[in-house]
Amino acid sequence: MNHTLPDLIPDAKLKLPKEAERTLAGGLTVIAIRRTSVPLVELRLRVPFGRAPLPRATVLSQALFTGTGTMTSVDIAAELQAVGGGLSAGLDPDRLLVTGNSLASGLDRMLEILAAVLTDPAYPNDEVATERDRLVDHIQVALSQPAHLARTALLKRMFGNHPYAIQTPEPEQVRAVRPAQLRTLHAERVRPEGAVLVLVGDLNPEKAIDAAEKALGSWTGPAKSVVVPPTPVLEPGPLLLVDRPGAVQSSLRMALPALERTDPDYAALQLANLVFGGYFSSRWVENMREDKGYTYGPHTGIEHYLAGSALLVSAEVATEVTGPSLLETLYELGRIASLAPGEEELEQARRYALGTLRLGMSTQAGLAGLASMYASFGLRLDHLRQYSASLATATREQVAEVATRFLAPTNAVTVVLGDAAKVEGPLSALATVERSAG
Amino acid sequence: MARRIKIPATKYPVERFTLANGLRVVLTPDRSAPVVGVAVVYDVGIRSEPEGRTGFAHLFEHLMFQGSENLEKLAHFRHVQGAGGTFNGSTHLDYTDYFEVLPAGALERALFLEADRMRGPRLTEENLLNQIDVVKEEIRVNVLNRPYGGFPWLRLPPVMFSTFPNAHDGYGSFGDLDSATVADAQAFFDRYYACGNATLAVAGDFDVATATEMIQRHFGDVPARPAPPLPDFAEPDLTSEKRDAYTDRLAPLPGVASAWRVPDPIGDFDNYLPFVVLAEVLTDGDASRLVERLVQRDRTVTSIGGYIGFMGDEFQVRNPTAMLIQAHMPPGGDAEKVLRTVDEELDRLSADGLAPGELERVQARIATHLLRDTDAVLGRALPMAVLELQRGRPEMLNELPKLVGEVTEAQIVAAAATLRPERRATVEVVPGAVA
Repeated sequence: MNHTLPDLIPDAKLKLPKEAERTLAGGLTVIAIRRTSVPLVELRLRVPFGRAPLPRATVLSQALFTGTGTMTSVDIAAELQAVGGGLSAGLDPDRLLVTGNSLASGLDRMLEILAAVLTDPAYPNDEVATERDRLVDHIQVALSQPAHLARTALLKRMFGNHPYAIQTPEPEQVRAVRPAQLRTLHAERVRPEGAVLVLVGDLNPEKAIDAAEKALGSWTGPAKSVVVPPTPVLEPGPLLLVDRPGAVQSSLRMALPALERTDPDYAALQLANLVFGGYFSSRWVENMREDKGYTYGPHTGIEHYLAGSALLVSAEVATEVTGPSLLETLYELGRIASLAPGEEELEQARRYALGTLRLGMSTQAGLAGLASMYASFGLRLDHLRQYSASLATATREQVAEVATRFLAPTNAVTVVLGDAAKVEGPLSALATVERSAG
Repeated sequence: MARRIKIPATKYPVERFTLANGLRVVLTPDRSAPVVGVAVVYDVGIRSEPEGRTGFAHLFEHLMFQGSENLEKLAHFRHVQGAGGTFNGSTHLDYTDYFEVLPAGALERALFLEADRMRGPRLTEENLLNQIDVVKEEIRVNVLNRPYGGFPWLRLPPVMFSTFPNAHDGYGSFGDLDSATVADAQAFFDRYYACGNATLAVAGDFDVATATEMIQRHFGDVPARPAPPLPDFAEPDLTSEKRDAYTDRLAPLPGVASAWRVPDPIGDFDNYLPFVVLAEVLTDGDASRLVERLVQRDRTVTSIGGYIGFMGDEFQVRNPTAMLIQAHMPPGGDAEKVLRTVDEELDRLSADGLAPGELERVQARIATHLLRDTDAVLGRALPMAVLELQRGRPEMLNELPKLVGEVTEAQIVAAAATLRPERRATVEVVPGAVA
């Protein structure tokens, strides 16, 4: 029997789900998207939180569900569970993010509970103390994780004095946070103006927005106007080596400049990233893992903040191949920056980018995450049409041009966390190495 | 609060058939998004690997991606990703899965790729050595170079079990990995990767007749080989508590995990299911019993979780398995005190039963989790392939929320009453890092 690779059937035209949008009187924008696949609703709320004092903001995100004027933390959790629901909060340098879901029939109740948490927070002393201690424990564990330590060192090198440079507070700073400070911060910053609520699921978009308006209409008040300054230009400098004595692996990290999503060259940069290292079938991953066996899960990707974007390169490599791993990484960056990609590898990356967009839209949770993330950058789901078109039409020359501008190894800020006594010598053969003082 | 929310159900259609060569197939079409998920599951896992070859089932999973009859090394990855799709595989105690998610127009390509390696992977010395290196890096990332690596999934089985299949390290020792040969790999494939020992499931945007024809075309000529006899890994239950402790030089905080044997998940499902609900009654969220007591009231733990199966795959594991509770403690935390409090809470549950509404709200939340998982094509293809493999009942995926909703308070109380200290295996993490 003849076994040959079957052809692909071309994708149907990109189809966007039915949605509705309304900005409420208090300033909250509500976007509701219909996908009825399972009888559930996904909820995402993003509240602008740039430049909020980090220790207080972090404790606030941990303690957001500790109580309201009428409900304890246990009441909140139990009432949500009763409709199959759950809500949790997180923080990034630009925003406070609430994530949740429930049975579709529980949407109204979940919105009511969310409204109570937003408009009538209590931050009870005992519960805040518990959450504060748990946060300290959590940070202690993070400080023992190589991925966290490497990221912390990289952020400091990338951002210098910019507010993005530190994204995890010190345990001592967390211990000093008082409940009254959380109440003040909540009153100042947990405001509807500029916030976006996304609801996705088995719902009627207009009716879901009505429900949100009914529940959250009492959430009002102006937001403090905060502007995060643009991120600084990356300053490559020497490779920063952070010592982790006895480590059996080194954490290799690089930051390169990148473009924001709306830049006309963004699709070309994303394709250059994919050809270089942004998916399994990229040059760097095939080289580092499938040819050399230096690493298990190397990856690269573009991270976007409101005030700037960067392309990050990450690999955990065996201590004894740390030098050779840097060599291969510099080689592949130099190659993509110096020579245009091949036609076939570009087509492969293009199909991957276009296909995975569709995969990402195929679940309620995927749609909710995408719509919420886009909205916080002022974009809507229809941006996918434009982005898909740019991915489909970017030429080899465009990709080569942005690769030269952005992926050149001379642009890279490099950090290695590892056993310095073992890796400093090999790394010094390839780069000027500076030992971290910390 | 007392009014009970109705637990909804999914109605994913299920088509089943078996090819002449013994391959069992499940099709579950759903045209709501233009994507498909393809899963092939083989009835072999960590428990079946030979002594002296710990980690071999997982290493072999890696070798299944290294090329096959019509595919060079790297070709599998490139063909899937070049079709706009993603892929992976994973090795469990009782099965090994391989899967792709792709735009709908790439279905036939995925079927071709899976059929090609079902006929036989290219097993070479060079690829074997390369993937031994990659697997070692995987173990370093996930176990050796991080705090709490392998806790508790690699640390509890040797405390709880006494036979090699159940007790050994499924990631494998570096010595055993280095000893693996191409001949071992060929023998493992010949014995376990028979099409009679596998299931194929396809979920998502396709036409049943077209997909059936494609499957026949691509898998029909995979040589028929029968499944090996299903092994029995049963062990007697513990009659006295078993304990162990180890120092994790990277861990800043103490930890503790306990496990109790539970009824056979397949042979005794009716008595098993209450434990799935009990785990959530005890640990799901701030309103659960152990979180409320240990995290909020006593503050003796900083986090606590409970679940069934060492890999958290409660509906995809065979006997013997366990219910686990694991906790991290603040600096200086006392594992004895935590265990005593867990015992107290279990006693209180056995003696006093549940609070009004407690069972209903936990059942509603479990239903949300179950339904949410099935929204992704892979969240249907993978579990249906395993349910077909282990139970011959892929449609059970539709029934689980309802079955969970039918568990009674009396069953929860009876389940809790079995979690006695003398049936418990416990492992403690002693922090070796300065916090």
